[in-house]
Amino acid sequence: MRRFALIALPYTWLLALFLVPFLIVFKISLSDIALAIPPYTPTIKDGFSALIRGLDFENFIFLTTDDLYYKAYISSLQIALISTSLTLLVGYPMAYGMARAPAEWRATLMMLVILPFWTSFLIRVYAWIGILSNEGFLNQFLLWTGLISTPLTILNTNTAVYIGIVYTYLPFMILPIYAALDRLDDSLIEAAEDLGCSRLSAFWLVTVPLSKNGIIAGCFLVFIPALGEFVIPSLLGGSGTLMIGKVLFEEFFNNRDWPVASAVAVILLLILIVPIVLFQRNQQKQAEADT
Amino acid sequence: MKRLSTFNVTSLTLGFAFLYLPMLLLVIYSFNSSRLVTVWAGFSTQWYGELLRDEAFLSAAWITIKVAVMSSTLATILGTMAAYVLVNSGKFFGRTLFSGMIYAPLVMPEVITGLSLLLLFIGIGLDRGILTIVLAHTTFAMCFVSVVVSSRLVSFDRSLEEAALDLGCTRFDAFRLVTLPIIAPAVISGWLLAFTLSLDDLVIASFVSGPSSTTLPIKIWSSVRLGVTPEINALSTLMIGIVTIGVITASLISKRSAVRAQKDAQAAERSA
Repeated sequence: MRRFALIALPYTWLLALFLVPFLIVFKISLSDIALAIPPYTPTIKDGFSALIRGLDFENFIFLTTDDLYYKAYISSLQIALISTSLTLLVGYPMAYGMARAPAEWRATLMMLVILPFWTSFLIRVYAWIGILSNEGFLNQFLLWTGLISTPLTILNTNTAVYIGIVYTYLPFMILPIYAALDRLDDSLIEAAEDLGCSRLSAFWLVTVPLSKNGIIAGCFLVFIPALGEFVIPSLLGGSGTLMIGKVLFEEFFNNRDWPVASAVAVILLLILIVPIVLFQRNQQKQAEADT
Repeated sequence: MKRLSTFNVTSLTLGFAFLYLPMLLLVIYSFNSSRLVTVWAGFSTQWYGELLRDEAFLSAAWITIKVAVMSSTLATILGTMAAYVLVNSGKFFGRTLFSGMIYAPLVMPEVITGLSLLLLFIGIGLDRGILTIVLAHTTFAMCFVSVVVSSRLVSFDRSLEEAALDLGCTRFDAFRLVTLPIIAPAVISGWLLAFTLSLDDLVIASFVSGPSSTTLPIKIWSSVRLGVTPEINALSTLMIGIVTIGVITASLISKRSAVRAQKDAQAAERSA
């Protein structure tokens, strides 16, 4: 009886506040706008047959007719992909440096990587507005050094979005790679060097393959949230920055078109399922390799 | 022998500069006396004064703290239960669905979570306010808590709990007196994580909050959209300061308890 209560409480909570809301989104994505506009009467009251009759794929068809949505999905994928690669380029050398640092520094370095994660996400993104704007710190500095003679426009472009994503998600990339590199046996690299490898080729042939799982985990941990990102493109991106999280938010709050917003959400989820499943599989493989 | 090369030192220096310079600039310029945020005009604390006199900010901060305390406490209880079930309960009906529902919210885009919860609250006719934010935050935070706690429970030696049961403890007492003290560090860090997630959340709160329940991130968001303001810089500095003190204190405490545990283990080995 106790065991039943122990399972039932969190189970019911998640069913009611995670699964059911999800089914509602799915349902509304298939219904017409007049039905779903507030005051929206839950169709569940009208009985199941009425519920089925009202459904159609109109909203999904609408998404294919307006190329805004198609472009938004493509450009979200593109932005997420580019920023994930950039994060890897910045994160790997840092994780590598941390793994080679003296043991007594490592706890401190680790804390320095995690600390920004505890600080408000919104504030960390906001900090970049003052840096990247036309009269911001970066332009002031570059003008002062004489490298440029007119201010660069970075804020409100995709470049600013890349910088924002790299900055806020960097800890997610560093931690799994560091964990993989930390377990790496140094004698393997020494063996490679003894066998005639140069430092660089030992790195490419031994270190990188052995930290593969960390790289994969880090990339997914950055790519998945970046794809649905809303705050960064809204604050740092411009009117030309199309990202699906932003489109969904605006569809919902500005156009108040709930069925279309729900359809956008359903498709975003379908796109996300692939990387999520791949990520899970990678984690499982790693867990099996550990035991 | 591991040795830091010039390349390692450079990448670490540049990397940490990248991570910390933006926040450092925020902190420095929060003490700027000019309203022009990128021009230094002398030291002043006037923006802190203005911030503390701003009723709207204070009430938003109070609401945010209330929501965070309530949701993180609820999330810790539910998340610990869920972790216990996942690790110890073996097979039961719908186990796959259960673990799926624990892991899915971790990777779910916030816009989808927010949208779906709002549609639920409207569907059942629940007015948007503090309660709806607490429900929403509890739901996604409990999943994070359960992941943190279950990673500790996996390495927990169950024979300790069985010993307590053999010695006449009830199941609940065995949990309270044996299991809980051992997993306590994970439960506490789960609570802290849930608390931070709730303090930080903008997107989900925007969906499920009502006009009378503006949280601090929503308030910050509406002023940040208009550009950089010195009051927000002051507020950011306060938040960064609190977090830094909190994290450093927590790491010192855990370091000390790790040292103590090591000493205990050594003493136990000697006496054995």
